[in-house]
Amino acid sequence: MALKFIFTRGPSLETRLMLCLILSGLLMVADHRGQAFGLRTFLTVAAYPVQWLAAAPVRLGDWAGEWLTIHRELVAENRRLHRQVAELKRRTLKYEALRKENDRLRAFLDKSFKLGEQMLVAELVAVDLVPYEHRVLINKGSHLGVHVGQPVLSVDGVVGQVVRVTPISAEVLLITDPSHAIPVQVNRNGLRAIALGTGDINRLALPNLPNNVDVRPGDLLVTSGLGGVFPQGYPVGVVTEVASQPDKHFAQIQARPLAALDRIREVLITWTHDGSQPFLPGDADSRPAASHDS
Amino acid sequence: MTLDTHVYLLIGFTLALALVLRLLALPQPLLQLNPDWVLLVVIYWCLTFPERFGIGSAWLTGLWVDAATGPLLGQHALIYALAAYCCVRFHTRLRVFPLSQQLPLILLFLLSAQLLLFCLEALRGRPLLSWSYWLPCVTGTLAWPLVLTGCGFLKRRHLPTL
Repeated sequence: MALKFIFTRGPSLETRLMLCLILSGLLMVADHRGQAFGLRTFLTVAAYPVQWLAAAPVRLGDWAGEWLTIHRELVAENRRLHRQVAELKRRTLKYEALRKENDRLRAFLDKSFKLGEQMLVAELVAVDLVPYEHRVLINKGSHLGVHVGQPVLSVDGVVGQVVRVTPISAEVLLITDPSHAIPVQVNRNGLRAIALGTGDINRLALPNLPNNVDVRPGDLLVTSGLGGVFPQGYPVGVVTEVASQPDKHFAQIQARPLAALDRIREVLITWTHDGSQPFLPGDADSRPAASHDS
Repeated sequence: MTLDTHVYLLIGFTLALALVLRLLALPQPLLQLNPDWVLLVVIYWCLTFPERFGIGSAWLTGLWVDAATGPLLGQHALIYALAAYCCVRFHTRLRVFPLSQQLPLILLFLLSAQLLLFCLEALRGRPLLSWSYWLPCVTGTLAWPLVLTGCGFLKRRHLPTL
């Protein structure tokens, strides 16, 4: 074996290494500038089965859990859900009336306010692609019209935004990633702020607010709609800690995201702009969850 | 099937398995300890079949890992190519080392790989968040005997003539 190796022809080891290093360097620069798109799409699609397999134990656990849930629990859950549906129906009745009234009042003010958006349900395929970066992979891609910059929500609150798409999957940057910032508003008094990710899965930071600011623990933060990525009025988090620092310029304010970012299985991809719409396939199971004209 | 296709199939299978282990959805504290299984398997094959699995193959594997894990294409490719170079260059010596001498070397490899990754991340402006960043190197070293026995078993089972 060693003999065979010594007499193999071709470039020397050092030449091959240099070639690989130069190629990697070029690729990194190109990818950093977003120019290696085709190659990345191809490779990501090639890696998709592995990512799917890696998430399989969790899916298996879910499936087994569903099968093994005993009858009594199912009945109890069914009852609870019935109650919940009744309650939600009652609220919807009120909501419809309020929406009409709101639209009418908005019309007086000559302002547009959109609540109804197109949504598409997607499942998480892989989480924690890289340690210390909060990105997840979801199973809907550009063949359904998903595009970069789309807001992603869960039933509890804002999850993040799409940062990369391939035909069959998309990568979502969570709001707690250290490089993520989301414009928010305190629901109680309309105060605007920016919530930054901290790298901690259940903590957001609100820097640059003065020490005497009117924010209290328990305040709800909602998206302000500024910046144009996230639609207005979705819950983001709850303020957990307000510590004024008399020796510094700004108070230290922290919040907890409302969406359980480490436990979600399904997310809603949202279409907010007028031009783009999800491409719907023929089957009924992936129709948009909600659509209103506004 | 020729012997060569057999070898490449086995290598591809172990690499895919390693990538699954690398991406496995684990609870948060365990996730920080999850070592770079793919690098360990790459090192193993570079030492075992340096004439079949060398720098180029390691580079392609790295590219695949980059695509699966995300941030920047070429990062892991660069690191794996460097590791493969060291392994192929010194495979005659490394192969005959006893485990007690191999382990410190593996630790050194993994630490250098992690350091390089850290430098590349720092170039992109991502700060180091905690000390636990270096823990996978230690668990990776501890996992080396596992890789050695696992891949060795598969090799003896499926390629008894080599």
